[in-house]
Amino acid sequence: MVDVNAEGAAREPATGTLEIAGRRWGSRLILGSGGFESLELLGEAIVAAGSEIVTVALRRVDPGAQGSIMSVLDSHGCFLLPNTAGCYTAHDAVLTARLAREAFETNWVKLEVIGDDRTLYPDAPELLEAAETLVGEGFVVLPYANDDPILNRRLEEVGCAAVMPLGAPIGSGMGIRNPYNLAIVVEQAGVPVICDAGVGTASDAAIAMELGCDGVLMASAIARAQDPAKMASAMRSAVQAGRLAHEAGRMPRRTYARASTPTSGVPEFGNPASDRSS
Amino acid sequence: MKVIVNGRERELAEGATVAGLIEQLRESPDGRGVAVAVDAEVVPRSRWDSTPLTEGQRVELVAAIQGG
Repeated sequence: MVDVNAEGAAREPATGTLEIAGRRWGSRLILGSGGFESLELLGEAIVAAGSEIVTVALRRVDPGAQGSIMSVLDSHGCFLLPNTAGCYTAHDAVLTARLAREAFETNWVKLEVIGDDRTLYPDAPELLEAAETLVGEGFVVLPYANDDPILNRRLEEVGCAAVMPLGAPIGSGMGIRNPYNLAIVVEQAGVPVICDAGVGTASDAAIAMELGCDGVLMASAIARAQDPAKMASAMRSAVQAGRLAHEAGRMPRRTYARASTPTSGVPEFGNPASDRSS
Repeated sequence: MKVIVNGRERELAEGATVAGLIEQLRESPDGRGVAVAVDAEVVPRSRWDSTPLTEGQRVELVAAIQGG
């Protein structure tokens, strides 16, 4: 039900908080920091998206690097979620996660173990192995996964704090390609489900949330939009709208029309021809 | 002595530590956002000062970038 405040104006109902590993988040939109043309654009997008969690990556130190992503993220009060992007084996992903724990003083990690550079699809066996190892080392593991219900169940079983099935390949902007799989993942999951990768525009994010996802993670859809800050704002609304629609419970679909106006009490006007007698 | 830093051979003074190398490579080594592995083992920041490097070791020095 919509709350009405003292002035009588309708207030947006609360969508509840996203809880991962016992920590509560007000925003269900996790922002990937990759792909933004400048740190300034990234900063604007963070504000417009209202995101609290923002991903970062680790690469070999470049002494000539301009500006610090750390200072931008710190100035916006973001929670840094390091990823293991670029890792193709469980071994490399585990080592990268350990480096990230040291660099960012966090035991949270977005675990990515990629199978090949054409699809950037996760390598399921390597992903599962890395997840199990990192959980054993006390990490809060958020694995970027295929939209395979069985893999997501296995990831939950080895102790991942959330599962993050993809909607479509990273950076493809193709939207939610298999909503039925995503719905199954959501239905069986005992941990939060974050749809990670594939979202291209606001309606895609809304669909993911309507399917029951607890959150959405995106980078390219915002970073590669013509106006990243405006798209970030659109995504914020879409995630909220999708969540509200999910909580509200959509009407059932039907093939034929069903009148929404009562059919009884319709006035009867008689025959037009007889009314015109003169 | 020679060590391999981020894939490139680098000449360091005998007895150089991880902390010393980081100082050489970064103008403002505040440490946050930076991590080091020597021969595929992470060296915690608290041990940068006390960890000497030795001939032929492979050092990976990484820092935060945009990604994900």
